[in-house]
Amino acid sequence: MDIEHVAKLARLKLTDAEKEKFSKQMGTIIEYIEKLNELDTKNVEPTAHVLGLNNVFREDAATQPLTDQDPIKDSPAHSKGHYEVPKII
Amino acid sequence: MKYETVIGLEVHVQINTKTKIFCSCSTEFGMPPNANTCPICLGMPGVLPVLNKQFLESAMKACLATHCTIAPMNRFARKNYFYPDLPKGYQISQFEEPLGINGYININIDGTKKRIGLTRIHMEEDAGKLIHGENLGSPGKSYVDFNRTGVPLCEVVSEPDLRSAQEARAYLGELKSILQYAEVSDCNMEEGSLRCDANISLRPEGQKEFGTRTELKNLNSFKFVQKAIEYEVDRQTRILEQGDKVIQETRLYDSDKGETFSMRSKEEAHDYRYFPDPDLVPVVLEEAWVEEIKKTIPELPEQKRERFAKEYGLPEYDAGVLTSSRELADYFEKCTSLFAKPKIISNWIMGDLLRELNKSNQEIGECPLSPEALVNLLKLIDEGVISGNIAKSVFEEMYQTGKEASVIVEEKGLKQITDDKAIDEMVEGVLQANPSQVEEYKGGKEKVLGFLVGQVMKTSKGKANPGAVNKLLKEKISKM
Repeated sequence: MDIEHVAKLARLKLTDAEKEKFSKQMGTIIEYIEKLNELDTKNVEPTAHVLGLNNVFREDAATQPLTDQDPIKDSPAHSKGHYEVPKII
Repeated sequence: MKYETVIGLEVHVQINTKTKIFCSCSTEFGMPPNANTCPICLGMPGVLPVLNKQFLESAMKACLATHCTIAPMNRFARKNYFYPDLPKGYQISQFEEPLGINGYININIDGTKKRIGLTRIHMEEDAGKLIHGENLGSPGKSYVDFNRTGVPLCEVVSEPDLRSAQEARAYLGELKSILQYAEVSDCNMEEGSLRCDANISLRPEGQKEFGTRTELKNLNSFKFVQKAIEYEVDRQTRILEQGDKVIQETRLYDSDKGETFSMRSKEEAHDYRYFPDPDLVPVVLEEAWVEEIKKTIPELPEQKRERFAKEYGLPEYDAGVLTSSRELADYFEKCTSLFAKPKIISNWIMGDLLRELNKSNQEIGECPLSPEALVNLLKLIDEGVISGNIAKSVFEEMYQTGKEASVIVEEKGLKQITDDKAIDEMVEGVLQANPSQVEEYKGGKEKVLGFLVGQVMKTSKGKANPGAVNKLLKEKISKM
């Protein structure tokens, strides 16, 4: 398990001690999941969803969102109705 | 060495719906920033996305109209990456189980039909819009408008079957036309409802393996698609001819400079870690439902084109132009139902009508001239009431004023002169005024006759029948 790669994808900065600790922990998790490979699943349908539900839809009708809060005002920084973020170009 | 160009296109199409893909926010274009947002599309914790049924049905229609096989079981997946236009930190898309697979579109290249394969069509949500620049606040910041976030899209991925910029453009045109005919998308490139990425590579002619490709992102007009690909093909050719290697990367097109450039900032290898979205349940599409949707697909451009050529005896070119949009094809057919001379109608629509529409930048739907009005004008020519030349100016006036052809003809006294005596006098006059030309004609210079006819037409202010004038001139000269 490449802990540095995973940390980078999650935008996390890890200390060397953390890297070692998480590397071990994640290794244990993966080992545990890999137990599943010991089973013969040839005749088992892949699970699409744990609920066993299909086809839940919405009608295409516009409604006002149910909120009395203005998310723009709650955001850390904004200007003229836009959310402000670090410069991306 | 000769190189072969290999192109595959990924096209994102906004599907027409009133609301977003997973929430009930409006999809209306041009709203104030962040007006069309709610906790669901803003990715707040604890919210639950629910699929828009209308979108699903339209997406199925898009698949069926492009000969894709609809998957009986569909799932949504999360595509994970960080970017400020994506509030959840993932985009809900489809990965292993797309809605449609193995489709195709036929395109016409210089009169030859070519089949372009479609790898897949899948459903996904759009991201928001990033604005850079100081007029919103600080030049050192970027700003986000999430109105587009969650707008329903279909991504249409072609096989690498395209061999030139011209083919790519033709493919895009045909795809757009099919989706518009099927009424699933406006395909308006200016409003961003049709966007195109192109994968381009070159390989030595005869080689089977593909060369290294570059991806051109965000080509937002038909013209740019063609220009950007042409530029990129030239660039890669130069690189290969120098013995260098093409670098696999994402590039953007600068339409001002007419060049592509590397988008270095995003060059880190992507690792999207797709996995099934647990918030959304699978979509199961029974055969009966698919059949139901199939029934709603109208005659598509290719079928219409072929029918027009066969049923109306039109050249392939005419059939292509007339079926370029469903509205234009309907306009033409309304005309032919009123006046059974399809080629004449086709000439007027392709010539004068489309020219006027282009001039005023209007679509056929906004045409001030009804099919009835156009046909009434054509009947006046057919019945010999006005000449074809006069009809051109009558047409322009009809277009400008909305008046009936017969009214304009009456008001301006444009009726063709059928009074034989009057024409006789004009012909006499022209013959007397141009004795040297008459001699030249008699001496064998047949071209001079055209000049004499022209003179008579001028005297009659275009109201004489050119055929009759021609005949009369010949008769008179032969007796001289």
